[in-house]
Amino acid sequence: MIPILTHLPFAAVFDEIPLGWFLTLSLVMFTLGAVGVVVRRNPVVVFMCIELMLNAVNLTFLAFAAYPTQMVALSNPGEAAITGQMVVIFVMAIAAAEVAVGLGIIMAIFRLRNEADVDDMNTMRG
Amino acid sequence: MVAEFFLRLNAENPLLLGLIRVLFVVIAILSLVPPLIWWERRLLSWMQDRIGPNRSGTITFPDNFPLKGLAGKKVRTFGLIQPLLDGLKLFLKEDITPNSVDRKIYFIAPAIALFPAFALGATLPWGPSTGLYGILTPVADVEIGILYVLAISSLGAYGIVLAGYASNNKYSMMGALRASAQLISYELAMAMSVAAIIMATGSMKLTQVVSAQEEPLWGVVPWAHNWFILTPFGLISAIIFLIAVIAETNRAPFDLPEAENELIAGYHTEYSSMKFAVFFMGEYAAMFIFSGVFATLFLGGYNILPIDWSYLAAATGNGFFKMLAGANYWLAPLVFLGKCFMGITFFIWLRATLPRLRYDQLMDLGWKSMLPIAVANFIVVGLWIICTTLYGAGGGWIAAIAAMILFVILYLNILNTSRKANPAAPSRTITMVKSPAKTETP
Amino acid sequence: MTLNQIAFIVLSCLALFGAVGVVFFNTPVRSAMALVVNFFTLGLVYFMLGSELIGITQIMVYAGAIMVLFLFVIMILKSTNDTDKPQLGERRFIFSLLGAGVVFTMIYRYVIMPTMERTNVQFTRTYGTPQEIGKTLFTQYAWPFEIVSMLLLVGIVGSIMLAKRRF
Repeated sequence: MIPILTHLPFAAVFDEIPLGWFLTLSLVMFTLGAVGVVVRRNPVVVFMCIELMLNAVNLTFLAFAAYPTQMVALSNPGEAAITGQMVVIFVMAIAAAEVAVGLGIIMAIFRLRNEADVDDMNTMRG
Repeated sequence: MVAEFFLRLNAENPLLLGLIRVLFVVIAILSLVPPLIWWERRLLSWMQDRIGPNRSGTITFPDNFPLKGLAGKKVRTFGLIQPLLDGLKLFLKEDITPNSVDRKIYFIAPAIALFPAFALGATLPWGPSTGLYGILTPVADVEIGILYVLAISSLGAYGIVLAGYASNNKYSMMGALRASAQLISYELAMAMSVAAIIMATGSMKLTQVVSAQEEPLWGVVPWAHNWFILTPFGLISAIIFLIAVIAETNRAPFDLPEAENELIAGYHTEYSSMKFAVFFMGEYAAMFIFSGVFATLFLGGYNILPIDWSYLAAATGNGFFKMLAGANYWLAPLVFLGKCFMGITFFIWLRATLPRLRYDQLMDLGWKSMLPIAVANFIVVGLWIICTTLYGAGGGWIAAIAAMILFVILYLNILNTSRKANPAAPSRTITMVKSPAKTETP
Repeated sequence: MTLNQIAFIVLSCLALFGAVGVVFFNTPVRSAMALVVNFFTLGLVYFMLGSELIGITQIMVYAGAIMVLFLFVIMILKSTNDTDKPQLGERRFIFSLLGAGVVFTMIYRYVIMPTMERTNVQFTRTYGTPQEIGKTLFTQYAWPFEIVSMLLLVGIVGSIMLAKRRF
């Protein structure tokens, strides 16, 4: 099989960009998502922040897949890369299901209360 | 000589060559949109027994004109420069921005609407993958060609949705809501119909899709090409894909987002001058590119006819067929453009023929008809592949056709039982006396 | 600074702009658009990592489908209240920033710093193609795949139930 990236300008990505750069991007995104979940009150926006965190995790998986670090992974890097991508595929599928159900719940809450603020949703509090 | 120049460029400066490839696609789209508008207006007026724009651009030379051949003659252009003049008018008109719009989104929306239309062309091969065209044609021949088309076309909703939202106008908002619901519903059927083609091809590269269509027809007729529209499952896929494309480009009969007798002009009600022109251009560019996608997936791409000229030339030793094979190679871009043109003509024909769908009809068609048929088609293709590998071409076709008949019987049975259970519901005729079924029309 | 590095920096700046926008824009539609920008550029970053299929799936599923759904819900709920803007002086804002900062510095120092030098891993780069992923997904990961399909089915049924029921 032909190396697929050789015809593209970023053929040598793995030689020039360190793993840490990808991880930093992912970490900043995750932190912003976490702050957003705490700070925002609109449930839809809170939900979007959760999606942001999920994507940050996906990026970490893919970065570690492309740059295997453990000795086990280094002995069989192709296997490690495939495993990381599989996890990302499953995360995406689960996120899709989560969005479908979560938006349904938010719609139901809106229909019930006509206005939604995550701070006001305290009817289940003991 | 041209070929040598591009070959050298490919070796020396691939980035520059990439830019040239992009320019080919963009310039083709930009220069073909005005004639398209002219063609649509002329064809529509012909179908509706009108005349249409035929005056502008007619030059009458005076009798004392120095060139003797032209003196006192009329040169007609049949209104071809009408779209140019319209464009000029739109440029020069006053650009009105209503007071209460969401300014940033209002300004960005037309650009976002235009982006997918142009980006879609990136993986389309408009010429053979060997020789000169092989260097020039697909801007990027990536492994994920078809998925790229699906992904970018799914971004097409944003321009409309944002325009509708930012306009701060009830009718625009309704247009935007309809557009997003319509796009989500038809994206599914489109993806399933394309998935059948991906399975039959065994690759997502669009160049591979075209070369898979250059195989012997049905695996048995060696002198013909296996265009997917000629195969049973490909025909069904093609019909579903075509309907989904019309819905995706918001053309009549699926132009609910801009239904002028319900929503004024839908999402672009508040847009004027250049911004409106950009929306307009995005729609036509998307039509053009989607016709190209359809031609690539189902109509054999750049090949002129589903006949293998070089096989015939080798079999008969006739020089005429050899010449035709050469013509097929060198005329490839023109043939491809011709197929796009045919697709657009079909779009216009549909617009002149079919009335607009009601919202519940639209949803019924997408979810209850097209999606199940696309999934059934997908299963048929799977069976065809298994049986072809097990029993050869004949066994594969027998299995596929048997599965199709089974699905049709199943579908008719389900339809019958649902009719019996609820005899009043499934009538699709529009009765003007009774109000339509209570669905939540956003 | 090579071309690859410049490309990465531009992409990550766009992605971070999107991420900041999600949290700090004051209308939900703007937040959603910022998230679209983030997801789209993240797809391009995945391309840089060699995962072609995942990258395009990211653009198709997240930027194309999920975010349209989000926008649809935002518009149908007309939840365009501007009062949701995060207040800089608020207690929970300060404390969440503090906590996030501490976690950020710790992870950065002890996890990411050691990997800053890690480059140049040579192995076959065809791992992101549809063929490779499909082969693994339908052989080694067939069971998880089936389970996820069941989960999606449950998700469909659940969301339809939620939408149909009148409270």
